[in-house]
Amino acid sequence: MSLLEIKNLHANVAGREILKGIDLVIGAGEVHAIMGPNGSGKSTLAQVLSGRDLYQVTGGEVLYDGKDLLEMSPEDRAREGIFMAFQYPVEIPGVSNLYFLKAALNAIRKHQGLADLDAMDFLALVKERMALMEMDQSLLNRAVNTGFSGGEKKRNEIFQMAVLQPKLAILDETDSGLDIDALKTVAAGVNALRGPERAMIVVTHYQRLLNYIVPDYVHVLAEGRIVKSGGKELALELEESGYVGIEGLVSA
Amino acid sequence: MIDQIREEARQRFREIGFPTTHDEDWRFTSVTPISRLVAQALSPAAPALLPAQVRGVEISKLSDAPPDLIEAHLARYASYQANAFVALNTANFQDGLFIRIPKGAVIEEPIELAIPSSANGHPTASHPRILIVAEPDSQATIIETYTGHGSAYFTNPVTEIVAGDHAVIDHYKLQTEGAHAFHVSTLQIQLGRDTNFRSHALSFGGALVRNDVNAVLSQGCECTLNGLYLAAGDQHIDNHTSIDHAKPHAASHELYKGILEGHSRAVFNGKILVRKDAQKTDAKQTNKNLVLSEDAVIDTKPELQILADDVRCTHGATIGQLDPEALFYLQSRGIGLADARNLLILAFARDIVDRIKVAPLREQLERILLEKLHAVRN
Repeated sequence: MSLLEIKNLHANVAGREILKGIDLVIGAGEVHAIMGPNGSGKSTLAQVLSGRDLYQVTGGEVLYDGKDLLEMSPEDRAREGIFMAFQYPVEIPGVSNLYFLKAALNAIRKHQGLADLDAMDFLALVKERMALMEMDQSLLNRAVNTGFSGGEKKRNEIFQMAVLQPKLAILDETDSGLDIDALKTVAAGVNALRGPERAMIVVTHYQRLLNYIVPDYVHVLAEGRIVKSGGKELALELEESGYVGIEGLVSA
Repeated sequence: MIDQIREEARQRFREIGFPTTHDEDWRFTSVTPISRLVAQALSPAAPALLPAQVRGVEISKLSDAPPDLIEAHLARYASYQANAFVALNTANFQDGLFIRIPKGAVIEEPIELAIPSSANGHPTASHPRILIVAEPDSQATIIETYTGHGSAYFTNPVTEIVAGDHAVIDHYKLQTEGAHAFHVSTLQIQLGRDTNFRSHALSFGGALVRNDVNAVLSQGCECTLNGLYLAAGDQHIDNHTSIDHAKPHAASHELYKGILEGHSRAVFNGKILVRKDAQKTDAKQTNKNLVLSEDAVIDTKPELQILADDVRCTHGATIGQLDPEALFYLQSRGIGLADARNLLILAFARDIVDRIKVAPLREQLERILLEKLHAVRN
């Protein structure tokens, strides 16, 4: 059985239709890249999957592990193993990164019928995952994303993913605003987390990220629909011909 | 001596009576339910003040205190001429506490004063009175804790603090009165040269609450007034502060934060007076409110009167809601909506909580906040 099945998904934001019938099937452990020009609906798709209520689903369905995803609250989606790495991670002054992450991990463990991780084990886990992301431990005691640089924020997202160990990770433009060194670090972190138990949806505008996170499948989104799907070589084609040809394809 | 002051205060109260909402200082807070209660209230059986023993500190009943110090300080600062509730307290306090921190003494252990109240069917009224004399170069931490339960009662405390030159004083007032309580408090602070004084006014309980914190600053003082209030249900919590920059080179920092739920109402009124001689004053006042219900109301008002010309005075007030982006971010990590809300509410209060240096008190405050937030949501 596939992990995620999106069938004819339609969604609006502020009364305007952004997604106009998305069909996508993702199997466990697969990495799918979703590319497309600005305004094509990539981020909307990511947000709808994570349960953001700014977006109204007007048609279609999404099955996650055989369950109706659209019926689930954002927190239940997370507890069931969906993780969204945000394009713009929000700053939360007054909540320490460490406290936040512990609350999140224990909420997920509780859902799985597991006891809270004790303080020592939690700290050990966190330190190990921080090393993976080459993050400074001082970030643990700072408020969530507050005063972080763009690169630190993106790393912090992948670090959270490393601690929470989702079954489906959605990376929304994780490459935006990163210089090449930061991009390599983030990509290395993501690659370390790849495995048969973890599928990923990598949303990106640029092919560049896909040099480092090599997808199994590539889909091109334009004007709210997937207009082309293929293997990783499709990303390279796009690099050469750009989205112009694809957009022509839609209107034709 | 005390008897004479009492009589003057009694007369004064007869003249002025309870304030009405026509008085500018009481515009948003009607004390009619308090005047009704006082008319039929009994004095509680036991005095409300429970004296503590702290090494190196002189603590006694006011009636046992050295007459010269009583003469010099009692009712010299908290004005029973101007404030009806101070007059009521001065006329009626049964006994009070006198605390003297000797010259140069550094008292590590907090001086904890517990003031419990209760009523069982018939209303009671108590007027706790505290006089704290911190002699020059002394250093101490004082914690006043007001608790209570039962049917309607009224607590009307007045605390006067006189800090000698170079004294360093931390004052905490934690108020978790019962749900039917009326609480009107006055904290009057008289600061000597180069003193460092911090007040933390933490208000959670009571049906109708009014706190006045009044500070008079001398040259080179540093005065910090922190406040945190959480009002829910039909609670009414009014905080008035007044800082009198009487002399040059003093600094005052004021940060009051409020959380409002349900049909609650809160008032913040911050008065800053910079007198003509008080050049080089640095005064900063901030009031921030988190309004979590459409039915809650906050009235916030700065009142600045600046008579000197070489000063820096700033003030600001904000009224906001929880950030939906932050809420969603927490939810997207598996944290349930109720917990996510509480996390953000605590985050809002965080800077006030972190300013509390007494660790057990800080932990108690976090517990109180969480318990009250939990009770509101259930």
